[in-house]
Amino acid sequence: MPEEIKAHITGVVFQIPTKPGDRVAAGDAVIVLESMKMEIPVEAPRAGAVKEIKVQEGQTVQEGDVVAVLE
Amino acid sequence: MIRAVLVANRGEIARRVFRACRQLGIRTVAVYSEADRNAVHVRDADEAVPIGGAPARESYLSAERILEAARQVRADAIHPGYGFLSENWRFAQAVRDATIVFIGPKPDAIRKMGDKIEARRLMAAAGVPVLPGSFTPVADAAEAQRVAGHVGFPVILKAAAGGGGIGMARVGKEAELPTAFTTASRRAQAAFGSGELYVERYLERSRHVEIQVFGDDSGRVVHLHERECSIQRRHQKLVEESPAPNLSESSKAGLTRAAVAGALAIGYTNAGTMEFLVSESGEFYFLEMNTRLQVEHPVTEESTGLDLVVAQLRVASGEQLPWSQTEIVQGRAAVECRVYAEDPAKGFLPSPGTVSKLVLPSGDGIRIESGIDAGSTVSVHYDPLLLKLVTHAPTRAQAVQRMADALDGSAIEGVRTTIPFLRRVIASNEFRQGRVHTQMLEQGAFNA
Repeated sequence: MPEEIKAHITGVVFQIPTKPGDRVAAGDAVIVLESMKMEIPVEAPRAGAVKEIKVQEGQTVQEGDVVAVLE
Repeated sequence: MIRAVLVANRGEIARRVFRACRQLGIRTVAVYSEADRNAVHVRDADEAVPIGGAPARESYLSAERILEAARQVRADAIHPGYGFLSENWRFAQAVRDATIVFIGPKPDAIRKMGDKIEARRLMAAAGVPVLPGSFTPVADAAEAQRVAGHVGFPVILKAAAGGGGIGMARVGKEAELPTAFTTASRRAQAAFGSGELYVERYLERSRHVEIQVFGDDSGRVVHLHERECSIQRRHQKLVEESPAPNLSESSKAGLTRAAVAGALAIGYTNAGTMEFLVSESGEFYFLEMNTRLQVEHPVTEESTGLDLVVAQLRVASGEQLPWSQTEIVQGRAAVECRVYAEDPAKGFLPSPGTVSKLVLPSGDGIRIESGIDAGSTVSVHYDPLLLKLVTHAPTRAQAVQRMADALDGSAIEGVRTTIPFLRRVIASNEFRQGRVHTQMLEQGAFNA
């Protein structure tokens, strides 16, 4: 079942180390946010394939926003 | 004397510098990004100039825009504060080239101390003790491994162009080295534009003690005693005090002597800080030099009763140091707590937002340096420091008790802050007894 991955803090998308189709393990960084001079990874809650990336580099996301979806 | 100072910074430090300027009758100029249009520091200045977009590289990190703003308002001096461009020697040089006074050391001193490996070499040559490690950049994990083999694990990897704890990694054993090297190098590259690393022995349970130094154009350097800054997260300080508790007379004498010798060796002018690690047995080693005003300078000011920023402005104007060494005495104890917009319950994750309520204490022996008021926006784009609480009293025990009361009298809503954590530090037996070291946080000493 698809699972939404939500940002756990407000920040700016700094890096997107994954793309749709990539397999990730639980704990892997799906996207990396930058907030207040810190890089903060948004991690995959479980293993799976990335179905969709919902954000772009440089975009501001709010806490709770969906940033990616796992298959 | 300088007539108009532009502060190339924001928040509490901009306001701190403006206050010293007003005391000397100097006109104040703020700069601000789009995100800071309504910031407190903008309202505080005589004049304010917009310099660009919210991301720091479009505003507070743009040397060009800051110089243009200075020319526009005919500022004859620039104070860089801390962070941003404060330790960028090219910026300091560009300011001088524009015939504007840079309130800080000469570009050459900034450059030498900014290259952390060259700083190690220069300080070792000046007789300042340094930790065993590499005196040239290590090319790869294999070379780091060779150095670590000589000095012994644990070691710490540090960025050659670094500072502020970024790109640092403690490596406990050989197997962890390759991954740690890759991560530290990548972080250093992203933060400083250079992934070069060097290796130093890691000192377990050491204390961070630093010496405030001050030099003038006549070649004289004095010290303003020490600050204890061991309570840290991510190699960044949270609580500082002066004097340092439980520091032996012999360690202290050695530290101040080494700090002054190091500063003299590079012809240092204006305010600077020599940072050291002190081992459990009292030996000390040079860490790095910060060629600017420190965040924690108020504990030195409250302990000695001297004004560092006023002295910075005077010395930058060409005056001699306003104090002789024997006049600089730690007459009181002072403690500082940094209030960050971070959630201590979630590993100090950033907590941007809007400050909906702000209650701050006041009274004898309490000093507050704040960059916010009720309604302020705490942006994702900048450092999370909101304000600093500083208390002072005739004795350390009194200053610590004042801090406990000051923290109890503080309330911030709208963003999460380090206040609950700071309360636990100040209440702890370890802190009350002055038995602190730099690993206490990661070891969970102050967990709820």
